Amino acid sequence: MSTIAPEKYKENASKNIADPVLQKALSGLQERLGPATENLYNSLPEGHKMRTEAHQFRRKAIDNLDVLLSTLVDKVRGHGGIVHFAKTAEEAVEICKKIALDNDVKTVVKGKSMVTEEVGLNLALEKEGIEVYETDLGEYILQLSGEAPTHIVAPAIHKTRREVAELFTEKLGTPYTEDPPILTRYARKALREKFLKADMGISGCNLACAETGHIVTVSNEGNIRMSTTLPKIHVAFMGMERIVANLEEQQSILRLMSMGAAAQEIGGYVSYVGGPAEVDHGDGPQEFHLIIIDNGRSKILADPEFREMLCCIRCGACLNVCPVYGKIGGQAYGSPYCGPVGAVVTPLLFGINNSADLCAGETLCGACKQACPLEINLPRMLLALRSKLSEGDPDWDVQPKSKGENLIFASWQRFNSNRKVYDLLLGLMRVLQHLLPAKQGMISRLPWPLSGWTANRNMKKLAPKTFMQQWREKKEKKGS
Amino acid sequence: MNKPEKVTLFIQCLVDTVFPETGAAMVTVLESLGLKLDCPANQTCCGQPAFNAGHTREARAAAVKFLDIFEDAEIIVCPSGSCVNMVRDHYLDLFADDPKMLVRAQAVSRKIYEFTEFLVDVLGVESVGARFPHKVTYHASCHLNRFLGIDRQPRTLLAHIDDMTLVEMKGADTCCGFGGTFAVKYSEISGAVLAEKVKNIVDSGAEVVTGCDMGCLMNIQGMLSRKNIPIEVKHIAQLLAEK
Repeated sequence: MSTIAPEKYKENASKNIADPVLQKALSGLQERLGPATENLYNSLPEGHKMRTEAHQFRRKAIDNLDVLLSTLVDKVRGHGGIVHFAKTAEEAVEICKKIALDNDVKTVVKGKSMVTEEVGLNLALEKEGIEVYETDLGEYILQLSGEAPTHIVAPAIHKTRREVAELFTEKLGTPYTEDPPILTRYARKALREKFLKADMGISGCNLACAETGHIVTVSNEGNIRMSTTLPKIHVAFMGMERIVANLEEQQSILRLMSMGAAAQEIGGYVSYVGGPAEVDHGDGPQEFHLIIIDNGRSKILADPEFREMLCCIRCGACLNVCPVYGKIGGQAYGSPYCGPVGAVVTPLLFGINNSADLCAGETLCGACKQACPLEINLPRMLLALRSKLSEGDPDWDVQPKSKGENLIFASWQRFNSNRKVYDLLLGLMRVLQHLLPAKQGMISRLPWPLSGWTANRNMKKLAPKTFMQQWREKKEKKGS
Repeated sequence: MNKPEKVTLFIQCLVDTVFPETGAAMVTVLESLGLKLDCPANQTCCGQPAFNAGHTREARAAAVKFLDIFEDAEIIVCPSGSCVNMVRDHYLDLFADDPKMLVRAQAVSRKIYEFTEFLVDVLGVESVGARFPHKVTYHASCHLNRFLGIDRQPRTLLAHIDDMTLVEMKGADTCCGFGGTFAVKYSEISGAVLAEKVKNIVDSGAEVVTGCDMGCLMNIQGMLSRKNIPIEVKHIAQLLAEK
């Protein structure tokens, strides 16, 4: 279960850095998936241009969102599906709740879905007395343990097999074992019972195809497919940007998404859902609802600086290479969207000011952009967010974050613009640095605002003469 | 491109104030190749720390000053991939809405080179006749490697240093955790990323860690020193200036 608390970034990061089990899980994940995904990109039969083109497909879809969505809606309605539009998270939840209550739904099974986390669906349904079961194995484990996910695609990687064993024994009453296949069987048995009694299945939507009017879900356990076909009602939640024009484009993006998400050529189960069962085609639910959610996306769409973010398909490839995520883990971001993608999406969806640490807490190393199957320029957008935070932006309701920092940079700019002043200040600092504790020319404690540096490393002292001074002296010597 | 008449040096502020020996080594190497050098003495920081922290106004002011100083240069060479990335790419972002300044930024963007890029791609030099009988590992800085796409050039130059053993560390192209003000504002996270880099450097068995950016090397040096690990950091120019 996710709550939105990005303001605890530092605090949570600190906790996670000190957790050796999590550290091992994160480095194991990154060492496995990062290079494996890169290898798949490098051996694409279509070559690198496939990724560039896929970015264009997504961009084109976002630029023509109104047309594509209206085509999709017509098609889905034509298949007998019911389409709802939700402007906000609350509206989306209300729509789903109403469908559930109207149909006297008691039990819901859910396929893994980020957007339902974003709108806080589970809690709202549970408040109505409806039992909600996550059916993705990782999500199911977290639901039992009441924890937030560590990773977008692999939510429970921080759990050791012993922890899962203890959890299952406690919550499912199964005999204690640490054998993963047996544990999986226990989960499967428990979940099968829920599948059979569920009267509503809920899923997300990885990517819809406007041309055919289908939503597609991709998974490796097959439980999303089961959630969408077994219960009599299927409700699909779709972020309004998750669409492309046609099957060809959809297929190329789904392949890249699978590479980014799990280093696979294609996910194990790719399911196309277009509507309820039909007279001559009995498979599927009796009712199919599609809830298309805005929840802040129109605002992103309207801003040319951030529109690119709507191209994201939430595969999580950026998490598998990010040096910061690799240390702090998913929970630190305090949002269903973590890692580099979360650092951009969370501020845009849930407020830039209260996500300030997410915007500033990265190194801008660019590994995310390189790993993104669609080469989305996350570092560029992080910079844009930082700029809003330092200067404020009424369009995004951003207040300048730190007057102190602004003052520091304003004065920095003044001395940086005049070499004479710059040299005077350097001279002063050269004298003052002798007051600081140092050994062999390395300062071990710096004062505020640089104290963070010396929390875990030393700093070389300023040189007795700048390069410029040395250069001048060399020239004078030559001249004389 | 023909061999330039005169090279104008753009000295990263960290090199200027903390690591002048790096600048001196670059001068030694360039002069040994028979180049005439010029170094505008009124230059200061290019504005990158301000830009990365979101202070675009201040960064723009630094950029204007930079353009005033450097736009008449024939060719500009800098011993930092990160600063070249700033001038070559981000100045264009800073002036995207100012056509007059944009033209000036574009002109400078086309004639600024990172030191190793200049040696290998512009001069066609692969060996400068350096000799450095030590075990060295190379840290591929993020801005240099990912944003400028410069990796082959420093590795070529390193491969041609006599008597030097180059050992590859695990994750040579993984970030060192510096990130400008990030290292100060999020020092615990930065330190965790850096600790892994330092571990990989130690595990490589190298006596010296080199790279093309004193920002990263200063960061690495800071933790090596804190942990009393006797591994030195040296900018690639310092290795190339060794005989």
